[in-house]
Order: sequence, then structure tokens, then C-alpha cells
Amino acid sequence: MHERLSEVLSPYKGRRDALIPILQNVQAEIGYLPDEAMLEIAKTTGLPESRVYAVASFYAQFRFKPRGRHTIMVCRGTACHVRGAEKILEETERALGIVEGETTEDKKYTLETVACIGCCALAPCIMIDEDVEAKLTPKMVSEILDGRAE
Amino acid sequence: MSFAELQKKARQEWDELQNGDIPQIIVGTATCGRSAGAMAVIKAFEDALKEKGVQAVIVEVGCIGPCYAEPLVNIAKPGKAVIAYRNVTKAMAAELVDSYLIGDDPLPHYTLGTIGEKTVEGIPRILDTPSFKPQERRVFRNCGIIDPTNINHYLANEGYAGLNKALGMTQEAVVDEMKRSGLRGRGGGGFPAGRKWEAGLKAKGSQKYVVCNADEGDPGAFMDRAVIEGDPHSVIEGMIIAGYAIGADTGYIYVRAEYPLAIRRLERAIKQAHEKGFLGKNILGTDFSFDINIFPGAGAFVCGESTALTLSIEGKRGMPRVAPRPRTTEAGLYDKPTLLNNVKTFSSAPMIITRGAEWFASVGTEKSTGTAIFALTGKVNNCGLIEVPMGITLREIIFDIGGGIADGGKFKAVQTGGPSGGCLPEALLDTPIDYDSLDAAGSIMGSGGMVVMDEKTCMVDVARYFLDFTEIESCGQCVPCRLGTKQLLDILKDICKGKGKKKDLELLVELSHSVHGGSVCGLGQTAANPVLSTIRYFRDEYEAHINDKCCPAKVCKPLIAFHILEDKCAGCTLCARSCPVSAISGEKKKVHVIDQKLCVQCGVCMEKCPKKFSAVECVSPKEKIMEVA
Ligand SMILES: Cc1cc2nc3c(=O)[nH]c(=O)nc-3n(C[C@H](O)[C@H](O)[C@H](O)COP(=O)(O)O)c2cc1C
Repeated sequence: MHERLSEVLSPYKGRRDALIPILQNVQAEIGYLPDEAMLEIAKTTGLPESRVYAVASFYAQFRFKPRGRHTIMVCRGTACHVRGAEKILEETERALGIVEGETTEDKKYTLETVACIGCCALAPCIMIDEDVEAKLTPKMVSEILDGRAE
Repeated sequence: MSFAELQKKARQEWDELQNGDIPQIIVGTATCGRSAGAMAVIKAFEDALKEKGVQAVIVEVGCIGPCYAEPLVNIAKPGKAVIAYRNVTKAMAAELVDSYLIGDDPLPHYTLGTIGEKTVEGIPRILDTPSFKPQERRVFRNCGIIDPTNINHYLANEGYAGLNKALGMTQEAVVDEMKRSGLRGRGGGGFPAGRKWEAGLKAKGSQKYVVCNADEGDPGAFMDRAVIEGDPHSVIEGMIIAGYAIGADTGYIYVRAEYPLAIRRLERAIKQAHEKGFLGKNILGTDFSFDINIFPGAGAFVCGESTALTLSIEGKRGMPRVAPRPRTTEAGLYDKPTLLNNVKTFSSAPMIITRGAEWFASVGTEKSTGTAIFALTGKVNNCGLIEVPMGITLREIIFDIGGGIADGGKFKAVQTGGPSGGCLPEALLDTPIDYDSLDAAGSIMGSGGMVVMDEKTCMVDVARYFLDFTEIESCGQCVPCRLGTKQLLDILKDICKGKGKKKDLELLVELSHSVHGGSVCGLGQTAANPVLSTIRYFRDEYEAHINDKCCPAKVCKPLIAFHILEDKCAGCTLCARSCPVSAISGEKKKVHVIDQKLCVQCGVCMEKCPKKFSAVECVSPKEKIMEVA
């Protein structure tokens, strides 16, 4: 991990203003923001560790825990809400046996909700990695999950 | 190369494509098209073309708007009208190649209509259909028409002509044109754009910035994304004109990281604009230089607020600055004069300069000129993006353009303005769409979300939903916002659970006013709007929850119960087999029963029960079950 980190961080020495892009790039490389990375970012930018954490924890994009191989994001936008997103979330939680914010034991899925993925016309929808599954009903959720390979 | 030469070359390329002798298959591949399966449809066309040895070019374009018809494919055969096909599947792709590309049958039953002036027998012109007739496409002028990754397509369609013209005008003249157009900021607040540009020009300082707000945080809106994905150069051109007008040399586009395709399209467009000399040093041979950076936002609704947004670009927590604060135009990004506008505001600028302020103001109302863009969604038949002249009524939008309520439902409310807006009832459907009328009605124009609700939507639950959102998204620095939204939410949750008290309504209104008055930014100031507007127009629903423990829309789970109608149940066992908590018992061909103690009100039984039986019923209040039993 250390090598990957220094590679991502190398162009940013002393670049305090680039903190958010740095956090984004580190997360893109490692998948989340482990303590080690946070300390390294503080060192590289010259910012106090508290400041790095304060900024990272403010934004929804940043995660401090390792994740599953796939991410399921249940959209909670207004259009999805009035078309039954709550039921989709419950069904997904039931099907995976975890609640929002958790990762399955086999590390296959991390389940999250998102404010809106902007597919409002196809509501309700979920996003599995980069794929959007649209116009869902609760019964379709388990069918989709059952139908997915590794 | 001079601008005229660039334009001429681009037009040649465009004309060849339009008038060439090879058919074009034009596929909408913005995010919405992709989610509906556009990429698989492209593959199917490619396969069919190859298999049959047919020559045709496949062009990817942005979103034309009618998301309900995605995947949307336009086919342009040489010399024929362009025909738009709706909900195209892989099988239809192969059929179209056979029947229309090889043969000459356009398969009218698959079409949405024809595009442009030419017509084909048996197919209406799209612009004559009720859904398009009231629309006026200006900001969306190129979306779904041009290939957004090809700068020549943009150039051939008036692209960068506004910039070219602006560079020959004085800065004051550009600002004056913007002022006279009457354009108001499309980010929601409706502040006159020309006045903001004037303040930017007058602000003192050698370093100034132009910032484009593409944060699009309203959870129910995606118009800014569509503009960027479908016509990125229009936003870039608008920003360059703004840079020239106020004397800035650097621009930032703050765009949500959740919009990866939009970011890719912008990166590519910026690169192309550099290559043609529209960005960089000495633009089009003048001594004006300008560059644009993309900043992917890390996900915080409050960062859509201008002062929070600029702090976020600086790498800080995005917390709105506390009053008294200077205007962003005086001290914004890095405390330098900063002109911050919404995506649609910038993309309106080129046409205002090219075609003039009078042309722009020729549609709309006196105080709200031009067009409004909405993401029309929810329980409406024709979901999608629409662009309409300001002043059109909500009724025309929902019932003509939107095609009425989905699934034969009955209209209950329409929500505009997202978490800062309100819900308007049927009695206000004839309200014209403009900043001031919507304000007076208790909602706001917002940046373009418009969610239609039917009688199956619970208005208390909707208020709870929005407060849930603002409570999470409150940055926390103003106590009335941080704690007030929490208290509002707790009360609303209680009401949804049947634990509401008689004095709760009064308390909600009082608290709403405190949150409004005690917050520095728009988030807190408007957070209670969904509560106040639903109490104002749907008070009876609150009262039903509180007094009768009844959710009339049958949404709030603690207040509803499912049961099986004895005379209708055929004992098919489908419900029992799909119940996730095994709460249903019964033998084959015998009436089934739901154990109320085990039931979690998920509604799967009702969804599974075959339509011909319709044996599962939902009731509220719960006690009704006892009555039927
Ligand atoms: C909480 C909050 C969120 C906002 N979100 C957005 C947004 O996503 N997009 C936007 O353009 N404006 C948003 N605004 C409005 C901006 O503060 C600002 O008024 C606007 O971007 C200015 O551009 P305009 O004059 O072109 O409308 C938001 C304001 C608040 C208070």
C-alpha cells in the first residue's frame, strides 16, 4: 500500500488547496481511506491530521472502512421515493442480510444509499457498481441479485 | 485559422453528415439512455448491420428529453425525414435494419414521431404531438441533435459564434446585453444574471474567477447533467464569455463526482476548445486569455450554496460563510472577485450574445424571460426533461406535456424546488411557471426538479422525506438548522408512526419559523418549506394521521395493515411463497391468512397476487382489519 500511496501523492507535495482531489485519488486507488493514508496525506500536504480528517469526514464520498467487491447504491431521490424506494431498500437489505452502510460477510457487496443518481425518469432505481437497474419492484430486487455471478 | 474558417470547415462536415448518402442511426447515450439499455441497442444495430452487410453510421448524442421513451433512436435515411423510435429493444434494432434500412417500411407503430420539417405518412411530426407542442427548445437546442464529443457539430450550429461576437464588443456592452435579456439565474434563486455580471465587472482586483455551479444537489433533478452530457461546449462558451465580460482568466466547473460521464464530456470538450483556440492564451487572436478547471464535488448538498462551493474548491469543509459576508462577486474563491452561475445560466449566454437580448426576451413573461427547464418525474406518464416558455401553467406541463397521471391515478400534488421548495395542490394547477408566482404560492422555481404525486403519495411522508434529507445535509454550524431540522424530523416521524399529538401541527409551524429565521444560508432558511406547504394545503392528511391514526394514502407502515379477502382468494399460494417473513399461511386452493403479528407491511403479497384475483387489500387505520375479520 505504501508504494501505491506515494505514487498517488507524489505530485501533491505542499499542495494544501488540492486536499479534496488528493482524497479522491487516494480513495480511487485504495478503495477507501485507511488511517495510514490519512497520515500520509497530512504529511504530504503539510496540513494538520485533524484538518485532513475534518475535511474528509464532511463529504459523503469519503469512506474510512474497506468495502465489498461490489457496491449497491439504492437511490433515495424524490422521484424514487414517491415510487417506492423505501421498499426497494428494505428488500435489498433483507436479501443481503445487512443494513445500509454495511458490507456482507463474504465481502461481495457493500450497501449504501445515495441522495439521487439522476435517473429520476426510471424510478425507482439502484446502481450496482456502474450499472443502473431501473424501474424496480421489490420482487425484482432478489431476482437481480440471484442472477448475478461473482 | 480564423473563426470564419473554423466555422466553414465545421459546417462542411456537418452538411456532409446531414446530406450524405449513408443512413445515420442516432442513439441517445446520456446517462438515462444508458440505464435504459442504449449501449446494448447500439451493439444490436452493429451486429445487424454487419450480418446484413448494410452500410450506416451510428452517432451517439445526448438526451433529447423524453426519458420515458428511452432507449431513443433516430434514423435518418438519405432524403427522408428523420424518424424517432421509442423504447427500442435489441430485437427492434434488427427488425428496423431489415424493414426500414433494407426495405422501405418505417414501422410506424414503433415511432415517437418525425424530427424536423419533413414528414412521413402515418407518423406525426414530434413537434405536433401534445407532449412537444408547448415546448420551446433553447438551452436544449443541441441536446440529442449533435454529437457532444465533436466540437465541429457544435461549431456548425452557431457554436462559439457568441464568443466570437463578444470578443468584438466592449466588456460593458456584453454585460449590457445580458442585463437587457432579463435572464435570471437558473440555479434557483433567480437573481438577475446581468446584474451579477455587472458586479463582477465592477469588482476591483487583477485576479478574478468564473465558477460554474454543476453541483445539482436537488434529489429529483438531472437537467444540468443533461445539458453537460448533451452539449458541454455551450456551458464552456458561456463561461468564456463571462470571463471576458468581467475580466477573469480562470474558470472552475464544480460538478458532482456522481456524474462520471458528464465529467468525461467536459474534459474532452475543454481539450477540443483548447485545440481550436477558444481556450488558453490569446483567444481567437485577441489579448484575452482564459482557462477552465474541473472540480469534482465530493458529495455534500450544502456545497451547492455559493460560498460553501468556493470553500470546497479551496479544499475546506463546505460550510456557508457567516453573515455579514461580502458578496461572492466581491470576495469569493480565494477571496477574489468571483462570478458564480448555474450551468443553464452559462449555457444561455452564447445565444443571448449571438441572437440578442430582444430575441431572448421574446418568450416568457415580463419578469421571467426565456424558458424554464424541468426534470418532470414522479407519477406522471411522460417522465423526462422538458423546456417550456416561462409563464406556462403547471396544468399544461403535467397534463399536456406529461400526458397526465401514471397508471390511471389521480393527481394530488406537484413538488418543485426540491428540499427548499413546496408541494402545490390541484387548486393551484393553473399557477403560471415563473419565479414570483411560484414563490407566492408557497413553493419556489428551484433549479428544475418537478415531482408529480398522486393519491398514493402521503404528504406527511413527503415532508418527512425532505426533512430526513435536510437534517443529514445540514452542515451544522447554525444551531436552529442543525437542531431544528432534527426536531422537525422527529415530530414528523412520530406523526407517521401514529404517535402524533394534537399540538404537533402548531409546534411544527412555530419551529419552522425559527429554523427559517435562525440560519445563515438558503439550506436552513428554506428547509421547512416542505413542512409548511404540506400543512398549508394538506392539513387534513396530518389530522387523519394524528386524530384517526389513519394514513389516507396507505404509505405509513405503522398505520396500515394487509389482509386477504376471503371471497377473492383462490389459494394459489403465490403470496405465501413470496412472503419474506413467512407471515402467510394456507393450503393450496384454500383461503390464505396473514398473521398480523408477523407481517412487516412490505406489500410483496399485494404485488404478487395475480391481478385477476386482487385478493390482497391494504387498509388504514389498522383497526379496520378487526372490522372486516
Ligand atoms: C443549500 C443550497 C444548495 C444549492 N444548490 C445549488 C445547485 O445544486 N446548483 C445551483 O446552480 N445552485 C444551487 N444553489 C444556489 C447557489 O447558491 C447560487 O445561488 C446559484 O448557483 C447562482 O447561480 P445563478 O445565479 O445562475 O442561479 C444552492 C443554494 C443553497 C442554499
